[in-house]
Amino acid sequence: MIHTFSGLGGHFVLDAESGAVHQLDELGLALLTRVGPEGPMTDVCPPAILAALSRVWPPEEIAEGWDELRQLRDRGELFTPAEAYRAPEAGRLKALCLHVAHDCDLRCGYCFAGTGHYGGARGLMPFETARAAIDLLAARSGGRRNLEVDFFGGEPLLALDTVKQTVAYARAHETEWGKRFRFTLTTNGLALDADNIAWLDAEMDNLVLSLDGRPNVNDAVRKTPTGAGSYEKILPGLLAAARAREASGKDYYVRGTFTARNPDFVDDLLHLAELGFRHLSMEPVVLPEGHPLALREEHVPTVLAAYDRLLAIMRERGDFSFFHFNIDLDGGPCVYKRLRGCGAGFEYAAVSPEGEVYPCHQFVGKAGFRLGDVWGGSWDDALSGRFAALTVETKPDCAVCWAKYFCSGGCAAAAVNLNGRMDKPYGLGCALQRKRLECALVLKLRD
Amino acid sequence: MKHVKTLVPATLKRSAQNGGCGECQTSCQSACKTSCTVANQKCENTRIRKQPSENQQFSIGN
Ligand code: SF4
Repeated sequence: MIHTFSGLGGHFVLDAESGAVHQLDELGLALLTRVGPEGPMTDVCPPAILAALSRVWPPEEIAEGWDELRQLRDRGELFTPAEAYRAPEAGRLKALCLHVAHDCDLRCGYCFAGTGHYGGARGLMPFETARAAIDLLAARSGGRRNLEVDFFGGEPLLALDTVKQTVAYARAHETEWGKRFRFTLTTNGLALDADNIAWLDAEMDNLVLSLDGRPNVNDAVRKTPTGAGSYEKILPGLLAAARAREASGKDYYVRGTFTARNPDFVDDLLHLAELGFRHLSMEPVVLPEGHPLALREEHVPTVLAAYDRLLAIMRERGDFSFFHFNIDLDGGPCVYKRLRGCGAGFEYAAVSPEGEVYPCHQFVGKAGFRLGDVWGGSWDDALSGRFAALTVETKPDCAVCWAKYFCSGGCAAAAVNLNGRMDKPYGLGCALQRKRLECALVLKLRD
Repeated sequence: MKHVKTLVPATLKRSAQNGGCGECQTSCQSACKTSCTVANQKCENTRIRKQPSENQQFSIGN
């Protein structure tokens, strides 16, 4: 399968199965457009294509162009047949998301945590639970050395004592267990101060800071419990945290969410860049149909145009990065990683404040999706196996999608929440994903 | 070639020969938490992948 696309004045073709990408001139694009995404590509140019294109190009040139494409096919870089990659054995944990706080000091209108408490009681995770979670991760990780722990919520800074004790506990056992822990914390920024910024800078490998963009956009959704906007209150802490990360050279992202209120989110992203933030992410909100902030089909053209506009801007200015336009075409993940994406349910899991384990942060508290607990209780291997069996080859929509080895099959939680089944990806998310990938490829290839 | 220029070779096939060590970052950890993208991640093992003979210590799904 191939996919042709254009951007920033260039034409390209991706060979989905081999990962090869080629730049095309107008003739090359016209030839491949006529052959179609699935081929087949014959040894010589079919008379119908020759006749159709002879109105624009001389026949010898068409034959020459065809022959160049045929050479790529013969090299295994165009119309490469699908390969049955065998997904590696699953069942060993790699990463845990610790919901250290099912409570929050903001009340954001789109929060999948249901304003911080995930539909259950508000509560903080005691250190004993977090310690048991670290023990579980170490024990279930087999021979894996690099393990990841993400402090999430709600708002994890409400449980900073637990976070600090957990980091100290894990670090103290790294040598003994032969593991290396990487920590990430996602915060709304309200409780950031000089002390905790310094601690986070020393201990967190990545810090994710939430801010939606322009003050009016942010404040329409990200509100304090009294209903006031949060922008003025959170900005100083977020700026100070980002400056600290810049100074120490450590990773951070300022992460916004765009909704039906701002499907043309580029001005919000630019606002973040003007504030001096350099590593940016802007996520499409995922909400049930009918929610006033949910993105609908009618928003898709606006969102796609926003990605194009962002691409043109990023080509001109290099002072910020956009998470979804980062792409590594050389040292990126191997094909086995690309078969099934985030690893939810079999290598990635989330832990509630009470110590219950779910396939990921978006499944926490969802009936029918409990994997086990951190206290040594039974483990739902069958559920874990269902997640591990979901690959881009086993999901019908993905198997025929050109983006499969870049996207890796999308989000299982979105599939369940919006389609009611794990093996049917969320179509609107797919449309945006494919566009982001085209933009990322164009930006990289036009460098 | 006049009409086509290869910008990226067949990297997926190459990665199939030496990949699968299972050490790379889980994607949702990075920045998004809602819209997973894998292709922008680093291979933890690039150096070794480029020298296949050193890769024997890793087994699939480790
Ligand atoms: S989730 Fe959607 S975009 Fe991703 S590979 Fe599957 S069909 Fe393609």
